[in-house]
Amino acid sequence: MSADSRTTILSAVRKALVPTAPRPTPFSGGIQYPDPRQQFAEALQVVGGRCLRVGNLAEAHAALQAAGLLQPERRICSLVPDLVPPTFDLAEVSDPHTLEDIWLAVLPGEFAVAENAAIWLPTDRLRHRVVPFLTQHLVLVVPSREVVHNMHEAYQRLTGGTGRWESGVGFGVFLSGPSKTADIEQSLVIGAHGARSLHVVLCDG
Amino acid sequence: MTGHPERAARFIELPQRAAWHDQSLWFVRARRDKAVRTLPEWESLREAAAAIKAHTVSRLADYLEEFERNATRLGVQVHWARDAHEHNEIVLKILRDHGVKRLVKSKSMLTEECHLNPHLEAQGIEVVDTDLGERIVQLAQEPPSHIVLPCIHKKKEEIGELFHEHLGTEAGASDPQYLTEAARGHLRDRFVKADAGLTGVNFAIASTGGFVVCTNEGNADLGASLPPLHIACMGIEKLIPGPEDLGVFLRLLARSATGQAITTYSSHFHGPRAGGELHVVLVDNGRSRVLGQDDFRRSLNCIRCGACMNTCPVYRRSGGHSYNAVVPGPIGSILEPARDPAKHASLPHACSLCGSCSDVCPVKINIHEQLLIWRRELAQQKLLPFSKRVAMSLTSAVFQRPWLYQWAGKLGRTALRLLPRFVVYNRLNPWGRQRELPPAPAQSFRERFKNRHVR
Repeated sequence: MSADSRTTILSAVRKALVPTAPRPTPFSGGIQYPDPRQQFAEALQVVGGRCLRVGNLAEAHAALQAAGLLQPERRICSLVPDLVPPTFDLAEVSDPHTLEDIWLAVLPGEFAVAENAAIWLPTDRLRHRVVPFLTQHLVLVVPSREVVHNMHEAYQRLTGGTGRWESGVGFGVFLSGPSKTADIEQSLVIGAHGARSLHVVLCDG
Repeated sequence: MTGHPERAARFIELPQRAAWHDQSLWFVRARRDKAVRTLPEWESLREAAAAIKAHTVSRLADYLEEFERNATRLGVQVHWARDAHEHNEIVLKILRDHGVKRLVKSKSMLTEECHLNPHLEAQGIEVVDTDLGERIVQLAQEPPSHIVLPCIHKKKEEIGELFHEHLGTEAGASDPQYLTEAARGHLRDRFVKADAGLTGVNFAIASTGGFVVCTNEGNADLGASLPPLHIACMGIEKLIPGPEDLGVFLRLLARSATGQAITTYSSHFHGPRAGGELHVVLVDNGRSRVLGQDDFRRSLNCIRCGACMNTCPVYRRSGGHSYNAVVPGPIGSILEPARDPAKHASLPHACSLCGSCSDVCPVKINIHEQLLIWRRELAQQKLLPFSKRVAMSLTSAVFQRPWLYQWAGKLGRTALRLLPRFVVYNRLNPWGRQRELPPAPAQSFRERFKNRHVR
């Protein structure tokens, strides 16, 4: 049945006489910012997140402490132990459903995009990819040299310019700001399903 | 059968509400404009997107095969469905094979098009729409009225009542923050209990076998990452050649939809997660037919951003439900008659041909031109209502005969001045129901032109 439908669809598509059109060359000429880190921080603020530009992780630790996020009596998942020590070992969790009560997740992001405050977050090293969505609060740590101007540069990084998925990441997400919705009368509400707050640490060290 | 005018008339019975709806959508359109102005390269991005789409559909069969090959290599199970019924059967079979009782869904216009929910519910499967707007209309037992903002037609007080009844929130509560928090708790419970998650697909990548899903709430990611089974359903037109093309489309999509620079989550799925299963259902359901039509092929470019709805003067003032269609608004008025011309014959006329939709379309679909072509199609298929048919043949008869045209003009100019009001403004003149006709000029253009020469 299924193989049959496959043949039917493919031959119907082939029968349609569509004029040939060459494949365009990859888009070039994406916007460049004088100070991409500054642009990133401003864009992040617009989408409800907060950028911490710090010289070292100790400074960031103090800022997160001040924000009231570091509550060791709650469950904290951290892959950046130098910034925030985890309260449990994610590798020992077998069922992701037991992660429902995670308070804070601290994860390394690979790079940041200035135009839209997105962080590329591959999750293959996370045992459970649901963590950044299930946690109440999220902190992403990105080296401040890893900021690209726009999405074209972002995909250039992910493909190595080959047109293939060079990174090989099984599940990755461009994440821009905390979870949000405006479905009720266009009123913006932060914390729809996913994280209620997002801090991005841009660290020089 | 009632058409768009009758349903729109019901919507505007409450003028304040219609005005509120109009303003809500114009607000979204204004946000889009603001976002667009931040990018000097906006117009070249639109050109690039249209060119990528034109190329993709010119080799669609090859790209579908390439996608299937690469997805299979990643461990994805790929299914093919000719039509809505087959799509629903495939999804049902996957769910049954896994003993699924509870399914969480994120937004998918394709499953709306296929009417998947009732099909699964009839088989005893609980289906929960998890996008907040979709959950609201699901509880209200209504279809979405907009493809991006499903409950844009609802007042917060009505949502408060609905939540009071179904989620046990306080009676009379209407604060969006409070209501969203209640929905968060309610839906988290459903996510945790779900046996499977179903998502749509925004873009599928031929060269990698992966696909991208965009949401603001994070509901697709929870649904696809907690239960062990993920089903993704997509129309065959969602394909793009390579991952570098995503740069173009992700930059256009959210800016056009809501004025955001990007959605909160743009999730890239390449293969199932460890210990889980990932199924992709490729659906034709009439798309290969549209592919063969030179006049309408470009409608397959649509990336479902909803910008044409937000800008459309008719949509904003008549509401999504007046279209009685899965996809309402300008683009829906092209897509829906392609599926069922008789049912949707009134839609291409719900348009002033102002062209604003084509101006904002991020993939440069010539929407208003296609709407005009659809009017001709429907006339040829004899699907125009009697009143339009008579008016059109009368007009045609007059325009073909200069003497009759001159005589009718003279008659009209005299008659409009002399006739009592009730003869001009009555049931036979629907145009004059809410409007005054302009005062009849003393001279016709032809007479004025003649005088100009004499002088």
